[in-house]
Amino acid sequence: MPLDWIMGLAGGLIIGTAAAVYLLVNGQIMGASGIIGGLVDGSGRRDWMERGALIAGLVIVPAIAALMMGGAQTHLTTNWAVIIIAGLLVGVGTRLANGCTSGHGVCGISRLSLRGIVATAFYIGAGGLTVAIFKHALELI
Amino acid sequence: MRVMISFLVGALFGLGLLMSGMTDTTKVQGWLDVFGNWDPTLAFVMGGAIVPMAAAWRFTQGRKPVLAAAFPAPPEPRLGRNLVIGSTFFGMGWGLAGLCPGPAMASLSYGGVGGVVFLVAMLAGMLLAPPLRNRLDQQAVAV
Repeated sequence: MPLDWIMGLAGGLIIGTAAAVYLLVNGQIMGASGIIGGLVDGSGRRDWMERGALIAGLVIVPAIAALMMGGAQTHLTTNWAVIIIAGLLVGVGTRLANGCTSGHGVCGISRLSLRGIVATAFYIGAGGLTVAIFKHALELI
Repeated sequence: MRVMISFLVGALFGLGLLMSGMTDTTKVQGWLDVFGNWDPTLAFVMGGAIVPMAAAWRFTQGRKPVLAAAFPAPPEPRLGRNLVIGSTFFGMGWGLAGLCPGPAMASLSYGGVGGVVFLVAMLAGMLLAPPLRNRLDQQAVAV
């Protein structure tokens, strides 16, 4: 639907602006998995307040915006096994690869980083294949 | 000051994710569903995000960040096995649930119990990564 595409483009511009501010002012790369992961495994203990503040903004502002919009939905599956396995895979995978959609995708591709481009090709490829198998072949999701 | 900027960045990031529909797992899985009812929205989001960021990278040349000593080092040219294995694992999880780390955080307030369980599993996965990385590196040395 064209309205979804326009909202996608507008939302994308805001995400890119956020990443640009983080780079130009704080000199850092806005990668969600790196920012969160550094707090989880202790590798980012030195600047925990900055990481915490970013995560706070990331959680609080959509919460307020969703309330103002009259609610938002994630339409997440209700299959617990799928949720847990998917969460584990996303956590371990993004830390092993050192980046996710924001770090490798947005920040990496925009500087034409080969690592970012290859990572994005692999996670989109693996995601596409997973949906094809689990939705169409096995009909589990 | 850096802490305030970080909060502002997170706020914009979260707002953009909600607005673009990227915290809706059906839109993400729709993008990955090339054999079904394919939804191109994610390409618009990615494209929209890359434009200001590409301009920002260009602007960094010969300059310094406002509140830091230096910009991040240029990306490592070496790809490595961890990048490929990790991205494949990530893609599998992303396809299964339709959530990646940013949206998993951004949707915490309205994602229900399922969203919290996903987030906890994701954090646990992040804890498992360093030992797994060591193992893979040792194997690579042995080979």
